[in-house]
Amino acid sequence: MMENACPENEHPCRTRKVQATWTWRDHLGAWKMRWGFGRNRYRVQPGLYAMGLPSPEDPVLVTANYKLTFDVLRRSLAGQNLWILVLNTHGINVWCAAGKKTFGTDELVKRIRKHHLGQVVTHKTIIFPQLGAPGISAHEVQKQTEFRVTYGPVRASDIQAFLANEMKANEQMRTVTFTLRERLAVVPVELVQALRYFLPIAIPVVLLSLLGGINLSIATALAMLPFLGAILTGTILFPILLPVIPLRSFAAGGWLLGILYAGGLALFIHAGGWLAATLLLILPPLVSFIALNFTGATTFTSLSGVEFELKRAVPMMVASAVLGVIAYTGQLILGG
Amino acid sequence: MAHEYLHNVVTLKLDQDKCIGCGRCVEVCPHRVFRLNDRKADIVQHQKCMECGACALNCPVEVISVRSGVGCAYAVLKGKSQGTGPDCGCCG
Ligand code: SF4
Ligand code: SF4
Repeated sequence: MMENACPENEHPCRTRKVQATWTWRDHLGAWKMRWGFGRNRYRVQPGLYAMGLPSPEDPVLVTANYKLTFDVLRRSLAGQNLWILVLNTHGINVWCAAGKKTFGTDELVKRIRKHHLGQVVTHKTIIFPQLGAPGISAHEVQKQTEFRVTYGPVRASDIQAFLANEMKANEQMRTVTFTLRERLAVVPVELVQALRYFLPIAIPVVLLSLLGGINLSIATALAMLPFLGAILTGTILFPILLPVIPLRSFAAGGWLLGILYAGGLALFIHAGGWLAATLLLILPPLVSFIALNFTGATTFTSLSGVEFELKRAVPMMVASAVLGVIAYTGQLILGG
Repeated sequence: MAHEYLHNVVTLKLDQDKCIGCGRCVEVCPHRVFRLNDRKADIVQHQKCMECGACALNCPVEVISVRSGVGCAYAVLKGKSQGTGPDCGCCG
């Protein structure tokens, strides 16, 4: 990206040029984002960008200043001449920023004015990502700026087809999906997040048990493994199996998966009654909790539904875990 | 495979009599909850609504109501513990 030097016309001058191709830096950055490293600093400068050699008749696309969002958009626009208006969402993606209204009416109106869009282009249409619609009110934008908002497709990969089709999106372009590939794409971040809670507890406990000798330490580390298994079940298996789990509730589906996991584990290690009970009481609520947290990464769960689930599931999780601790104590006292 | 979440909890409502048939709700809804019939919007897949609020915000005559917010357990728990209402920390 570099400043565009065009002396004769002031306004497009302030636009930056941008290309469709990714450098190795862009690839590295995208990989880091997928694994959840340095998420808060991955931004591009807000403003008006020129893709190719746009004329005043060419379309204007709006996007957020989360660099990965911007990069995916520009990569999907190879060969196009158009304008990209990047709003300042403080490095947050379109969907989440729309929910917070930072990708919203006020910021859009402000940017249209600040970058003199009315003088840069001769038409009165801006293409706004459909997933940003929860942030803006199209008629309000039109009232304040005269620009008419047309909602573009859900996925950047459909934009070329959308532009070629006189800016009309078909049903498929308008519909959010949550395919296996899309679910797998969010797994790394979920996994890293869960381990961020687990490792700071597990590692000190194992190290501390070294005081009791190396054998105790090994035993403690082994005792942690079922928890690690529960985390992997919740963060990897649950998202993969999501469409075939026969329960719509995430908490219930996660619990079911947790029972299968804990039951399988108990059989595998030939656990006695007390130990089996402990595993079946402690591990499923953990998987259930992680599954319930996966609602944040999905594209179809509602606030009312999540609240409904939390209200019912959390007390059951706590009760089950408490019973599990009782069963564990019983095992220590009575053996078995 | 179409995913579906809990039924009967969704707060989406439409006052069809006052609808002017502009089609915005049909355009913005990522789950195709609305359809336009005889220049009136119709809720055809109520159970699929994820309460994103896009339809309500974009309806020029404000005849759609929905309690909008993020369907994210972490956000709800965080909001509860801090007394601020659902606030998504998952995505930055
Ligand atoms: S709130 Fe969102 S998901 Fe629900 S009907 Fe409106 S646009 Fe569709
Ligand atoms: S956006 Fe409002 S007025 Fe327009 S079709 Fe939908 S309900 Fe009717």
